[in-house]
Amino acid sequence: MRPLGLKAFWFRDLRFVMFDALTERLGKVFDRLRGRGALSEADVTEAMREVRVALLEADVALPVVKDFIAKVQEKAVGAEVLRSVTPGQQVVKIVHDELAAMLGSEAQGIDLNAPAPVVILMVGLQGSGKTTSTAKIARRIQMQQKKRVLMASLDTRRPAAMDQLKVLGEQTQVETLPIIANQMPGDIARRAVTAGRLSGYDVVMLDTAGRLAIDEALMAEIIAIRDLVKPHETLLVADALTGQDAVNTAKTFHERVGITGIVLTRLDGDGRGGAALSMRAVTGAPIKLAGTGEKLDALEDFHPQRIAGRILGMGDVVSLVEKAAATLDADKAEAMAKRMQAGTFTLDDLAEQLRQMRKLGGMGGILGMIPGIAKVKNQLAEANLDDKVIKRQEAIISSMTRAERTKPDIINGSRRKRIARGSGVDVSEVNKILKMHRQMADMMKEMKKGKRGGLASLFGIGGGMPPGGFPGGGLPPGFGRK
Amino acid sequence: MSDDTLKDVPAKKGMFARLKAGLKRSTDRLADGVTALFTKRKLDADAVFDLEELLITSDLGPGPARKIAKAIGARRHDKDITPAELRDVLAEEIAALLAPAEKNLLITDAKPHVILVVGVNGGGKTTTIGKLAARFASSGRKVMIAAGDTFRAAAIDQLKVWGERANVPVIARAPGSDAASLAHDALSEARNAGADVLLIDTAGRLQNKAGLMQELAKIVRVLKKQSPDAPHETLLVLDATTGQNAVAQAEIFGATAGVTGLAVTKLDGTARGGVLVQIVERFGLPVRFIGFGEAIDELAPFEAKTFARALVGLETFGPDA
Ligand SMILES: Nc1nc2c(ncn2[C@@H]2O[C@H](COP(=O)(O)OP(=O)(O)O)[C@@H](O)[C@H]2O)c(=O)[nH]1
Ligand SMILES: [Mg+2]
Repeated sequence: MRPLGLKAFWFRDLRFVMFDALTERLGKVFDRLRGRGALSEADVTEAMREVRVALLEADVALPVVKDFIAKVQEKAVGAEVLRSVTPGQQVVKIVHDELAAMLGSEAQGIDLNAPAPVVILMVGLQGSGKTTSTAKIARRIQMQQKKRVLMASLDTRRPAAMDQLKVLGEQTQVETLPIIANQMPGDIARRAVTAGRLSGYDVVMLDTAGRLAIDEALMAEIIAIRDLVKPHETLLVADALTGQDAVNTAKTFHERVGITGIVLTRLDGDGRGGAALSMRAVTGAPIKLAGTGEKLDALEDFHPQRIAGRILGMGDVVSLVEKAAATLDADKAEAMAKRMQAGTFTLDDLAEQLRQMRKLGGMGGILGMIPGIAKVKNQLAEANLDDKVIKRQEAIISSMTRAERTKPDIINGSRRKRIARGSGVDVSEVNKILKMHRQMADMMKEMKKGKRGGLASLFGIGGGMPPGGFPGGGLPPGFGRK
Repeated sequence: MSDDTLKDVPAKKGMFARLKAGLKRSTDRLADGVTALFTKRKLDADAVFDLEELLITSDLGPGPARKIAKAIGARRHDKDITPAELRDVLAEEIAALLAPAEKNLLITDAKPHVILVVGVNGGGKTTTIGKLAARFASSGRKVMIAAGDTFRAAAIDQLKVWGERANVPVIARAPGSDAASLAHDALSEARNAGADVLLIDTAGRLQNKAGLMQELAKIVRVLKKQSPDAPHETLLVLDATTGQNAVAQAEIFGATAGVTGLAVTKLDGTARGGVLVQIVERFGLPVRFIGFGEAIDELAPFEAKTFARALVGLETFGPDA
């Protein structure tokens, strides 16, 4: 159950808190479906009605939802399904497969396979995040692919938009085309491509002004620019928090300008991600990248299958396994697992778990990937358990003596005060850590007895216990399910 | 730009294209749908279901859409209704729900009346501030703007351009400075200058980022310390293209920054901002302004009736409405 045999490769945390609400709602429908021995057509219809509402509440666009439901319904009421031994399970699988199909299969990155300079045209509505995404993508291409990138802003409309890209260029150390006042977007585009060619750039990224899909004049402008620069990639930058309008926008941009991919921004928001499904469904264009934060390195590959899995509450198991494999110290984990199996769980073990948890990107990072845990994660988010908290907890433990760490029972009032002083916290925080350790130690014993506490109890939700971590520093019990 | 090319834009031209020939702006899905689906039709259960779906496409959310559709269905059950009538009924229903939010912003003589503008990234805060500054200034008020977005690249320059356009001074500091202390100083400066209105811009932030929300709370605290009534208005800018997440935005910005009013932007697009119905119902927040373009005068006080009529496609915002 531990990630040992897995190849560890370059992996970045997908901190998507999106989709959680959808996961939760669909989870309820699925639980009900799975719980039934027999299913009638009416049962399926009823379940599909709930799936419909769940998708709509997640902002999936109506035409896409209807299409989806129709497809699932048709497959689900087939005789083989309903008469099978596990009809509910089968229906769940159909939903899963259709959702996965809707999101697309393979992760697709930016394609730079063209004669230099490869032109990338960024398009989208006002305020969708084009400029920031331009800089993030340029930075990534330059750093990871060792290509020379030139960025140029054709946004002559929004005040200081060109300065914004210039500043971002300085921050990312990506060259920007010198700004010439009062030049028209088309002229800037021409100048950028020429500069790209003459100065030997591999990639030229063109940021453009935000425009509404129904703004005919501006759509004509972008089409003219497209024809002029012949982009190899035309990326629609869209806000993941978009509602029903996602279909209008994506469809119109695709039909008029022709997009080769979608960059979804603000996936670090707590939206429900319906726009991701809608846009991919109506354009057929892959979601290539996701913006997951304001920092210029907060750009992630988009793995449709993993997202599908996560939406359906199967968890982003692959990501977690990869991540764990890449970051956890297997030997230490094994040693710890052994000790725990023997029923000993010291404060040193707790400190080690906290450290490993921090390496994994904190609770948020881990929990998002674990099956069926969206709700738990929200509670933890409310409890504000970030790196800082974890670090402080580690500091408290390191202020204890060796004896105290192995035999926490000896930590009396005056020792607590000393530890608090040593780590610069209140005594109450020391108490919290001790309580957390006690609860975890108890839980370890419970689990040793074979009682399956489930993840929620492992993390001590409701008991006021901060993050626990996984026994053995590896993966949670019952995790092998896939 | 001719009407014809405009009509080609949404591209999905079905069998009902003819029916819409008379509509000025045919880009609105809901208007299209109503026209398409309700011509010579009884308002029976099926029709109510279609109506519900049409409201959903305007971002009302499945729950409220269902409630409103059912209410109309119950009242008009099985009666024949023309598309125009139905749209009127629909607009009235929605206008009634939004009516409590129609409370225009009043400038007190606090000198300055402090308006803190908050919201997620890219929603239209800075643009709205520019428009508001011009609006207040043109009514003879002395207005000042504080460039509180010290984070985003060139955000200060952007606001300065708006300040020039509105002919209003912008109080700014170097990028990266502390927003709360800038707000503090701006309030003193505006007070000393005898300004009537101080508009404070802030960096965009997602409401689920606890740390950033705390920074916002700090700005509010700092202002309050200086003047217990400030900010007199905390305006949450909502982008009409946002879906159901706008509810969470209203809730969390409301709780951390004490939002007292809303401004809805980008209503010149195809998005209708229907989620506002839910927000008004749940939080009882007034909607102060709507934005419908990038130009300085494309801002208007919120009117429930106009908004509702635009939502169902009877009217549009924007210059060619
Ligand atoms: N079409 C349209 N665009 C708008 C409107 N309000 C703002 N914008 C645009 O949305 C983008 C983001 O606006 P900005 O004011 O910078 O947002 P902020 O990040 O919240 O300050 C800019 O390109 C604005 O021109 C509006 O009402 N309609
Ligand atoms: Mg701004």
